[in-house]
Amino acid sequence: MNNSIEEVVDQGLTSRAQRFIDELAHCVDIGLSVSKVDEKGGTTLHLPYNPELVGNTETGVMHGGAITTLMDTASGTSVICSLKDFEICPTLDLRIDYLKAAEPNQPVHGFAECYRISRNVVFTRGYAYQNDPDNPIAYCVGTFMRLGTEFTPDYFRKRVLQGDYQ
Amino acid sequence: MNLRDLVASAHKSGDYSELIAQIPYAKKIGVECERFGDDVIFRLPANKLNIGNPLLPAIHGGVIGGFMELSASLYLLMFQDVPKLPKIVDFSIDYLRAGYFQDTFVECELTRQGKRVANVSIYAWQKTRTEPITTARAHFLIPET
Repeated sequence: MNNSIEEVVDQGLTSRAQRFIDELAHCVDIGLSVSKVDEKGGTTLHLPYNPELVGNTETGVMHGGAITTLMDTASGTSVICSLKDFEICPTLDLRIDYLKAAEPNQPVHGFAECYRISRNVVFTRGYAYQNDPDNPIAYCVGTFMRLGTEFTPDYFRKRVLQGDYQ
Repeated sequence: MNLRDLVASAHKSGDYSELIAQIPYAKKIGVECERFGDDVIFRLPANKLNIGNPLLPAIHGGVIGGFMELSASLYLLMFQDVPKLPKIVDFSIDYLRAGYFQDTFVECELTRQGKRVANVSIYAWQKTRTEPITTARAHFLIPET
């Protein structure tokens, strides 16, 4: 079956990203959703406030681990949306700087983009914020290993690239 | 009971479940903790809701990171006599092997404790300690007493 890249892009990177995230049990469990994917693959995810994810009941602030999951997923999804064909790209490393405490009872948004795609490795950067993207609560850089399309089962690739593919 | 008292009573009884139950995120992903002499090992039992790679399947990298970060802050709380959970400054994780859908273990090591900041090295493994699935390091702000 021929699925040209153009057809896939026409369906929208945002829905590609959402289909990808819907395959990840933990992301579904914590209610991660895609807000937007720009034409370059820059991905914004939405993490709703969840008392189950709180790290400190005195402050009601969500744990850094939830931010790590948000940023790892935003970065990984940005990789998926920046590569033409679907490739499984495991995280090689991730660094998060916590600039300030998040506000309780508010969602956290995570933005990530790929700033360099090489033959073997994809380099990502991003930030997490609540109300103001110019005033982030955390910065994040990561690297992802490209495994190549041959390592990705065809059924999974098709499921992510085209939701209704039979 | 405040956290410091909970730590003291957990040290006495060897049962850390009540301490961990104070942290909703720990309960959510399912963190457990066991003491071996002066050492402590944290365990994350296999849990379908923590999966982030449906193909292998493997645990979500963010959950492994969160588990390690949480273990490091609990470690400081348990052994460095800090009155409350320390604040994370930065966290850096290297993914060395796939974190399969099975129990995961974490051990922490205090690399440097200053007056205001602590540096903790964190190791996670599944099959054997000598084959870590991830290593991480984190800086924490030590809360003032």
